[in-house]
Amino acid sequence: MANTSFNRAIQTVYTMWLREMIRFSRSKSRIIGALATPLFFLIILGAGFSSSFQVRGGGSFDKGFLAPGLIGMSVLFASLMGGVSIIWDREFGFLKEILIAPVSRLFVSLGKAIGGVTTAMIQGILIMIIAWIIGVRYQSIWGVFLAIVIMFISGIGFIGLGIAIASKIESHEGFQMVMSFLTMPLVLLSGAFFPISNLPGWLKTLVYLNPLTYGVEALRWCLLGNSTIPISISIIVLVMFSIAMTALGGKLFGKMRV
Amino acid sequence: MQYAIETSAITKNFEEITAVNKISITVKPGELFGLLGPNGAGKTTLINMLSTMIEPSGGSALIWSHDVVKEADSVRQNIGVVFQDTTLDDRLTGRENLDLHGRLYGLDGKTRKDRIKEVLSLVELTERADAIVKTYSGGMMRRLEIARGLMHHPHVLFLDEPTLGLDPQTRLHIWDYIKLLNKEEGVTIMLTTHYMEEADKLCDRIAIIDHGEIVALDTPQALKNMLGGDVITLEVEKTGDIERLCSTYQKDGCANIVSKKQNEVFITVKNGEREIPHVLSLASGAGISITSVSLRKPTLDDVFIHYTGRAIRDKEVTEVEKVGYKMRSRRK
Repeated sequence: MANTSFNRAIQTVYTMWLREMIRFSRSKSRIIGALATPLFFLIILGAGFSSSFQVRGGGSFDKGFLAPGLIGMSVLFASLMGGVSIIWDREFGFLKEILIAPVSRLFVSLGKAIGGVTTAMIQGILIMIIAWIIGVRYQSIWGVFLAIVIMFISGIGFIGLGIAIASKIESHEGFQMVMSFLTMPLVLLSGAFFPISNLPGWLKTLVYLNPLTYGVEALRWCLLGNSTIPISISIIVLVMFSIAMTALGGKLFGKMRV
Repeated sequence: MQYAIETSAITKNFEEITAVNKISITVKPGELFGLLGPNGAGKTTLINMLSTMIEPSGGSALIWSHDVVKEADSVRQNIGVVFQDTTLDDRLTGRENLDLHGRLYGLDGKTRKDRIKEVLSLVELTERADAIVKTYSGGMMRRLEIARGLMHHPHVLFLDEPTLGLDPQTRLHIWDYIKLLNKEEGVTIMLTTHYMEEADKLCDRIAIIDHGEIVALDTPQALKNMLGGDVITLEVEKTGDIERLCSTYQKDGCANIVSKKQNEVFITVKNGEREIPHVLSLASGAGISITSVSLRKPTLDDVFIHYTGRAIRDKEVTEVEKVGYKMRSRRK
């Protein structure tokens, strides 16, 4: 009996993951759009910054510096979107089909989360590869693997946040507002575009309260070998953030009414 | 087990409004049972409770001997539901929609493959199975949803307004499918509709539901027979004569008064053709001038008007709908 319900749980998670994958593979324009934005930043800002600024205390400030930030940004966008897409499932009715099935909501949201984080990781990895092609060099192959793990952990966190938001806002009108009030500050305050070592006090506080900062810093450590925040602290914060958001998202999704 | 569906005094309150009021019905296995009523009568609320989407405020219900609250998962495994609004994933193909459904209900790979073939041919969608659902017409989507509802061999299938918003030809098609799967799959079906004709043509038994309560329940034929014969519609010249005309007939005892409108009265008589002269002579004897007369067989419309005092087509916003609207707008 326990074995059967375990199989059903795995099957549920896999089914939800499979659906996300099929949908992702069908939305080619979405993938291209998702890659285009960070690439423009990378190429244009990278060229512009490196000709104008220098990081205090040495080190270069160019596309190499920006790459981890932009990977973090695209993981944020993709995973937040993956979680918030529950709003669309509700809007177009598919959510009812899932909620009426004899499966646990917890595993439904888990499958949705793993599906979303897979798409986020695919996008992050693609940007990592493209950045390498245009000349960004990573410190080691192990760093690259570790960066993928970091993408996974932070992706799970932001998906949990997305699911929590989607379970609370009850209309798709609220969606645009949340996305612009959430994503832009998160990205701008993350140190994706500037070094965080010499910030004024108020900005420093905001940056250090932002979970994405730790994702970007961890990626920078993995890929380039240097970071302002120690890697151990980044990983601890990210893991705690992910666990908290998964719990919150699962709880609110369980309570959600159609 | 005696009944496929058994409710006892099942009730649902939304704030102060009682959407479903102490409804007790039983549906036998293999029956095609219809809930007929106007928008806002409580049909969808009842189906939502029976399909475990919402919890009842009072009373209880058993589906295939499982309690809808305490054994929700067993109930879910035993039912298929086709909601009023589409619940398909329109980015997926028809086949993928069916496959995901089969996975969620724990069917293994081979069973899924075989069953998909079966249900697709049942609703004649085999050729379009690998097209993206977005490209389907409204009728095709409804058929796919019915097929999906059948994937896991449910004992009971709930259809909430299965032909709402479809053109008349497609509607006839859907009726054929519903009858076919009731017969071939032996599945018990409970459907809601506000189309008289649909209830009449499809259902073994009908419950007429109004303001959350059942006002009549029987086979379509028995419901119509209950009115007592053929329907004669009389139009009078002066509106004020209606009451006098009705009491004349009541005194004579030749006819039942079914319902009245401004200057029209519907009565039923046995052997309508023979009774028309008598009916008219009674009117002229009372000095009431009749401007037109018509005779027809009774329909469920007449039954409905008889029990509720109004036609089902009357588009009135009921209290329940108002509350529902308020709740939806509050969310935003």
